[in-house]
Amino acid sequence: MTAVTRETGAAFAFVERNFNLSRRYWGWELAFLVYAIAGALAISFIGAEQGDQRLTFSLVIGAIFWNYLSTVFSFIAETIAWERWEGTLEYTMMAPVRRASQLLGSTSYALLYGLVHTTVILVVLTLFFELDLSQANFVTAAGIMAIGSFSIVGIGIMAAILPLLYVERGAQMTFVIQSCLLVVSGVYYSVEVLPEWMQVLARLSPATYILDGVRRGLLDGATLADVWYDIWPLAIMGAVLIPSGLWLFGRAERYAKRTGKLKRVG
Amino acid sequence: MSVAVTHEPKTSLVVPAPVGEPAPLPLALRPLAGPPALLLEDVSKRFVLGRKKKPVVAIERVSLRVERGQIYGVLGANGSGKSTLIRLVSTLLTLDRGRAEIFGHDVEREEMAVKRLINRVSVDAAFFKKLSPYENLAFAARLYGLDPAIARRETARILERLGIGERRMGQPIEQMSRGMQQKVAIARALLTSPTLLLLDEPTTGLDPRSKLDVQAFVEELRATHDATIVLTTHDMAEADRLCDRIAILDGGRVVAEDTPAGLKARVAREHGLAPTLDNVFLAYTGRSLDEDVDEDDQEKNG
Repeated sequence: MTAVTRETGAAFAFVERNFNLSRRYWGWELAFLVYAIAGALAISFIGAEQGDQRLTFSLVIGAIFWNYLSTVFSFIAETIAWERWEGTLEYTMMAPVRRASQLLGSTSYALLYGLVHTTVILVVLTLFFELDLSQANFVTAAGIMAIGSFSIVGIGIMAAILPLLYVERGAQMTFVIQSCLLVVSGVYYSVEVLPEWMQVLARLSPATYILDGVRRGLLDGATLADVWYDIWPLAIMGAVLIPSGLWLFGRAERYAKRTGKLKRVG
Repeated sequence: MSVAVTHEPKTSLVVPAPVGEPAPLPLALRPLAGPPALLLEDVSKRFVLGRKKKPVVAIERVSLRVERGQIYGVLGANGSGKSTLIRLVSTLLTLDRGRAEIFGHDVEREEMAVKRLINRVSVDAAFFKKLSPYENLAFAARLYGLDPAIARRETARILERLGIGERRMGQPIEQMSRGMQQKVAIARALLTSPTLLLLDEPTTGLDPRSKLDVQAFVEELRATHDATIVLTTHDMAEADRLCDRIAILDGGRVVAEDTPAGLKARVAREHGLAPTLDNVFLAYTGRSLDEDVDEDDQEKNG
């Protein structure tokens, strides 16, 4: 068995295991999905109340694509936290698997899960609101999401370090990061309404560029060339954040092994 | 106190010697070849708990040599460093000092090679509790690069041998007793065919029947597999029954090391005590394991 085959098989182990967990926790999955749909509907009805078709569509896009980004982020960021809660962290960490393969597996499942979750919400919201998609450029939206997913994965890997370093507070910290991204990234409003210091943070958040690019594609029919100013920051962030995340994860694992933080707690 | 196995397994992994041929020597007594299964030289590990607190010494200048095929026992009270020692060998902790090798592979420099040679069963059966035994073991099989079809057959065979039927393999592990969960943990470790199996108090907290099942299975493993086993335990009878050699840890240090018979003879000769492992423990640590268990119970009960 070649190293590539072995590592691919190991990465698939995490996809299969996470799928089995989703299946076993189907009740919770359903509950989370209902909550996500309810949240997206509640936000989108604000636009409907105003009688503003463009505002409604903008809010629907924000709700749907934020759901995708936050689902992917939290799935990756909680990779370590889950194992800690279940008590399997030590077993997984002593298996002969490269950390990149482990994170590739977790990331692949997160992307698949996010797509399925988001598709269901998209279908429900399309049924509720008569959205005019005649101008929409789906290629732009898909392209921006594909490029943007890399940077979200990179931030997710970095956030996954926190539960490795901080046994109890780590998971809480990842939740705070996710909340900050929600506030500064212009999910439901333009980032121009934010105070100036928050606009600086908005420029550092990949979600800002993803949502801006997707909105321009779906609302205005912009092409990928038209949203180049959203694409290049995302490409740079993806290229920097994933290798940095993997490197930092390795350093954090070493630190955890030195200080004994892999040990099961609770 | 000697303990008899109360029931026979339905199937056995032990392969009897052909009629007319001498029975093979136990692995522990066969001629040695190659590097030791486990070699620790002057290993230390301490933990810093806070800037103003003194570091806790978990392992202090421990040197051990475990030969291939042996069952090597590590006895010690709670907090004596047994589990830290196992974690150091499992690549879950880094060494502050010294050297650790598994079959000649350095634990720190050749981590991936070491990981392929070992597996561990800890005192807590570490599983995704909502998943079934089969789903948990399939995950382990893929992590260790096993063919899923072969892994499925092996899983069924090992679990059957441990008394867990096909019907239970699809149910969530949380619905199983602790004894059954521990058997699944042992099956998971065996599935990957480790050449060094680390058993960290595998029978602690088990009911007597499950304890005997696990002990019988460890004996069977010794007879049939080319595996070396490091076993930490609180149970003197278990250590006496299973181990070829025993090290006694106290305060992170090895205070005595020999065969069970050697230790007992020594305590009779040097301390004038009855030749039992309980007296060996008392003589070298200044306390009995019963006291330790009592203290542990008091802490738990508040």
